[in-house]
Amino acid sequence: MAEKTIEAVEDKFETFQVLNEDGKVVNEDALPDLSDDQLKELMKRMVYTRVADQRAVSLGRQGRLGFYAPVAGQEASMLGSHFALDKEDWIAPGYRDIPQLIWHGYPLSKAYLFSRGHYKGGQMEGINVLMPQIIIGAQIVQAAGIALGLKKKQKENVVITYTGDGGSSQGDFYEGMNFAGAFNAPAIFIVQNNQFAISVPAEKQTAAGTIAQKAVAAGIEGVQVDGMDVLAVYAATKKARDNAISGNGPTLIETLCYRYGPHSLSGDDPTRYRTEDQDDPWEKKDPLVRFRKFLEEKGLWSEEQENEVVEQAKADVKAAIKEADETPHQKVSELIEIMGNDLSSNLEEQLEYYRAKESNE
Amino acid sequence: MAEMTMIQAITEAMRTELKNDENVLLFGEDVGHYGGVFRATQGLQAEFGEERVFDTPLAESGIGGLAIGLGLTGFRPIMEIQFFGFLFEVMDGVAGQMSRTHYRSGGHYSSPITIRAPFGGGVKTPELHSDSLEGLIAQTPGISVVIPSTPYDAKGLLISAIRSNDPVVFLEHMKLYRSFKGEVPDEEYTIPLGKADIKREGKDVTLIAYGAMVHEALKAADRLEKEDVSAEVIDLRTVSPLDLDTILESVKKTNRVVVIQEAQRQAGVGATIVAEISERAILHLEAPIARIAAPDTVYAFASDEDAWLPNAEDIYEKAKETIEF
Repeated sequence: MAEKTIEAVEDKFETFQVLNEDGKVVNEDALPDLSDDQLKELMKRMVYTRVADQRAVSLGRQGRLGFYAPVAGQEASMLGSHFALDKEDWIAPGYRDIPQLIWHGYPLSKAYLFSRGHYKGGQMEGINVLMPQIIIGAQIVQAAGIALGLKKKQKENVVITYTGDGGSSQGDFYEGMNFAGAFNAPAIFIVQNNQFAISVPAEKQTAAGTIAQKAVAAGIEGVQVDGMDVLAVYAATKKARDNAISGNGPTLIETLCYRYGPHSLSGDDPTRYRTEDQDDPWEKKDPLVRFRKFLEEKGLWSEEQENEVVEQAKADVKAAIKEADETPHQKVSELIEIMGNDLSSNLEEQLEYYRAKESNE
Repeated sequence: MAEMTMIQAITEAMRTELKNDENVLLFGEDVGHYGGVFRATQGLQAEFGEERVFDTPLAESGIGGLAIGLGLTGFRPIMEIQFFGFLFEVMDGVAGQMSRTHYRSGGHYSSPITIRAPFGGGVKTPELHSDSLEGLIAQTPGISVVIPSTPYDAKGLLISAIRSNDPVVFLEHMKLYRSFKGEVPDEEYTIPLGKADIKREGKDVTLIAYGAMVHEALKAADRLEKEDVSAEVIDLRTVSPLDLDTILESVKKTNRVVVIQEAQRQAGVGATIVAEISERAILHLEAPIARIAAPDTVYAFASDEDAWLPNAEDIYEKAKETIEF
């Protein structure tokens, strides 16, 4: 009995795709209604993000950044989902989800300050985003709270939260989905299944055939998407957002993608847990290559446009790292001052000590 | 002015703030329709509606996340952890997340959250209900810990906790919920967080306590008085941050001190107080600082708890040793 039940569930979770690996439309009905300018904008964002990531990896290797988690291979999952959002929507990101924040209005220079552990990197002025979460899955229960808050304030907005295949094993993943479902709150849960949680392959995370089917236990919608297909990710997220806004509850979206680089620049060596034979098929699915073919076919993208974006990204990174470099170092006294709205008596005493110490330096 | 129990005073404080501020929300396991397992929230859902006073699914980490998210979207959450022993299920939410919201956002966001939780020994609970875990939170930056010992203090402190823009853990000793009544003004009033209260003035020895131990210390002080020993009893009321001014002033007056806690001896609130007095007032002391605490075992739930918990007799004996040193 049990086997039949699980098979019946898993059969429902086919991978949703709009563009195949050659950039051909395979699902005409699902082709999202995007203008030529919007299509070009999507491509621009993916190219920009790929280049900015390459530059960040290089800066990281030179020791000019702190913690950095590379994103190449995940551009369609990150930016296709983000493209479905409204400017006032909330994002509750994991630490790799910097590109979505950037396209929501988070300055690149602040991303570098965050990477360096500077408190100014967390000051999210004017944008509805949380600081990149370090604890895997902790943002998911917070997203449920934001969703309930949006509902109670009667906002026409959603919260989107991101984690990975590893994050889907956390208790907070289930609690967050279950709470949002129970409160029928406008949340979208994205799992970027990039196949590895540092070194542990996705198949070791769970006996479930898909991560998307975990939505069933929470009583919410679930869908598995080709996460290298930016139009599929966009279409699935758009539908999830429309559902959430119209009171039809949250959605879990699993995007199948791949992290080309290491987990982070802090000593991870992917050759210790995966081979080129594993990497190659994924690189053939590359989101930029596929979407570029689609756009070129429509006469919407050229090498010239691509180069323009590449140069823009390089120039922006250069300016942003300069701005980060020019930001004064964080002082202990500043750290003390931002611990709370009201300074406790012990911190007041310690603040006095550090201010005196810093003025002598 | 009405006579009421501590739990009634706690309900009154929440009612006051639910009335004052439409952004105050109250939620947790069984707090809505049922009114809480101790009835602390009784009648509040009927009075303020299900939008503001509501039940959650049974998951403490989820409740913590809910509070953080609601705080970020403009609400002022009061979340209940049904028993503070369940803290471990939401330790990341409390210590890793809401305590750091202000820091992590460089001061841009806050977590104006009050965590209410029953705790404390002597009422024959199952395991992990009665434990005194305040020391764990007292060591966490970015969050305060408040523990009232009287109905009057409970109302004024809880209103302050709810109004605080930073997170506050508000611990309600189960043995004090209904064990006695006290005068509580009908009107609203606040008691500042971080301020201790001298529950009894004295000149020969200072007894420093919080929660149920305040009442044990007062009993010990009565007995000492019969022997012409005048004991001063300080009720910390807030265990993080500590009111060192009140502590040091008293120690400098009496020159003798007994630090009392219901929690286990190692580390914790009492150890910090002993260290602070040693660093800041040791030359005022006529005797070594004495300390009373529970042994470093798990909480002896139900069967041994009366023998395990410190009591007035222990305090009396220790105070006598200190006086006679």
